[in-house]
Amino acid sequence: MKNLLKSSSAALALSVAANAAAAEGKLVLYHWFEYMPQEVLDKFTAETGIEVTMDTYDSNESMLATLKAGGIGTYDVAVPGDYMVNIMAGEGLLDTIADGELANKGNIAPEWADPSFDPGRASSIPYQWGSTSFAVNRDAYSGDIQTTAILFEPPAELSGKINMLDSQGEVMAMASLHMGIPQCSTDREQLKALNAMLQDAKQHWASFNSDTAKEVLVSGDAAVGQIYDGFAAKAREEGANVEYAYPTQGYVAWMDNVVLLKDAPNRENALKFMDFLLEPENIAAVTNYAQYNAGVTGVSEHLDPSLAAQPEKNPHANAGEGVFIEVCNQETQAVYDQIWTNLKK
Amino acid sequence: MAAGAASGGSARADTYKDARGWLLLPSWAVLGIFVLGPVCMMLIYSFLTKEFRGGVIWEPSLAAYDQFFFDRGLFGDEPPTIEWTYITIFWRSIWQAGAATLLSLLIGFPTAYFIATRPEHVRPVWVFLITIPYWVNLLIRTVSMKFLLRDQGPLNDFLIGTGLIDNPIHIVNTNFAVQLGLFYSYLPFMVLPVYAAVERYNFSLSEAAADLYASKWTTLRRIVLPAVKPGVVAGCILVFVPSMGSFLAPDLLGGAKNFMIGSLIEEQFKGNAGNWPFGAAASMILLTMVLIILMFSARQQAKADKAGG
Repeated sequence: MKNLLKSSSAALALSVAANAAAAEGKLVLYHWFEYMPQEVLDKFTAETGIEVTMDTYDSNESMLATLKAGGIGTYDVAVPGDYMVNIMAGEGLLDTIADGELANKGNIAPEWADPSFDPGRASSIPYQWGSTSFAVNRDAYSGDIQTTAILFEPPAELSGKINMLDSQGEVMAMASLHMGIPQCSTDREQLKALNAMLQDAKQHWASFNSDTAKEVLVSGDAAVGQIYDGFAAKAREEGANVEYAYPTQGYVAWMDNVVLLKDAPNRENALKFMDFLLEPENIAAVTNYAQYNAGVTGVSEHLDPSLAAQPEKNPHANAGEGVFIEVCNQETQAVYDQIWTNLKK
Repeated sequence: MAAGAASGGSARADTYKDARGWLLLPSWAVLGIFVLGPVCMMLIYSFLTKEFRGGVIWEPSLAAYDQFFFDRGLFGDEPPTIEWTYITIFWRSIWQAGAATLLSLLIGFPTAYFIATRPEHVRPVWVFLITIPYWVNLLIRTVSMKFLLRDQGPLNDFLIGTGLIDNPIHIVNTNFAVQLGLFYSYLPFMVLPVYAAVERYNFSLSEAAADLYASKWTTLRRIVLPAVKPGVVAGCILVFVPSMGSFLAPDLLGGAKNFMIGSLIEEQFKGNAGNWPFGAAASMILLTMVLIILMFSARQQAKADKAGG
């Protein structure tokens, strides 16, 4: 059975590769939803003649699952978050970009040129970076919101009106900040306390939803929403009276990265696409649309001037530190998975 | 007429007798590749060792089933006790699916009966009207349902406008909303088979019953219902089975706060857990339960047929 599966998947991979070779001038992109303006793709096609096909996902984990279940060899590039780049490299899902293969590699901003999740940018380039925290509707609550207690021990006015992201990593990281414990704790007392704290907090939550994190704030279905900074800005622009918080306990920082996938059927085109996204003008167009931040030098002159002044982009003086989501080892992760299941059972 | 068709049929069957095996080959191939293949793969995967972050290691293991039935505490080193987590999730799904089936039957049966008793030329119009909303994607319909039911939605606006209530009723993100979503999603699967059964029913039997002084209720209970039972059973199965595995309604209308079987399984493949053997094991347990229900209903049906004959 195993050999049968292996040989049939090899045959499938061969036929896919043959197809790709026959179809010159293609690029298959696996990307987040609502994250790539069509104009940018059109411009790439106009400049290079390469046709782009894009599939989308709604979480790092579902992207990983698709690639592991046979998606590898179909897609050329994907856009994983920081910790997921680390995981994918460990799983052998990434190809290495040799020195000199990317003409614009020098455009990467110095602070993002050698990140811990991809030393030396061996397989990735920056796409966008930002923060994940929460936004509060100021019509519903006028008190202090610069604390994670808004999510986990909310005041009575906000109880039952909170939407959390349906994402284990983001919820657990925020909960760890709230309790002041490490993200991959192995201390049993801390883990038990985390489990108990989340069980209590859940009583105050209305829903878990990532896809509609912005819509529930705009429609007023939720008064508090765990959300990314750019989404909070969009919610505000769409008429919701929301304020994005930078809690004193800290917040989650993230960076999405364009990675070159292993067995990319159009490797050359993938590299062209990455070079294209390292041009300040092009990545600035993405930033103007998504309203996060680019990790490329020289973008500022192409950016919409109002972006820099956005409250979502300017942490106040007392804001805690932004922390990346950490990758736990298997044994520790099993406990966190159990806590998550307990939370949703 | 009926006899003619039957004899014609048997004559044709004789014509193709020798080729029958070959002619069935495409059906068998499709069933084998798209039904039997995936189920076998799932069965095998459920007995393998999980790979960290999705995938399987080809070593036989009972860990997935162990995780389903035994609780070893948060750290996995306490003496095993019965694991209630997944039983609770399964029970919630069965309960929700059962209630959706009952509700569909209560609304669907009279609807089907009504359509079947209209003049023959208008029946297709009614059936057409029933199916129209279902040309729209299920996801869109579920989201629209959420828009209708929410606190500031048309339903609450209307009720407040008429002065029936002062404050909006919270429906979205409750089990009741999930129930409404399931019922609405699968209602036509009840109406159509029941309609097909009622349409075939010979209404002179009802007249005969009335001539023999049976009340309307007695006629319905003792003549109509037994005659249309196969349609009702088919409808119940068609509503119950997809409701059990549904994850759109619990996610969108229930706020994804409580797993149902579908979302539990989805989480094992698409979520952080990445536990494929456990997802496969949960699917196998679900499949076994559904098969038992189907076999039970098939046996009941066979018994009823025998008694009838």
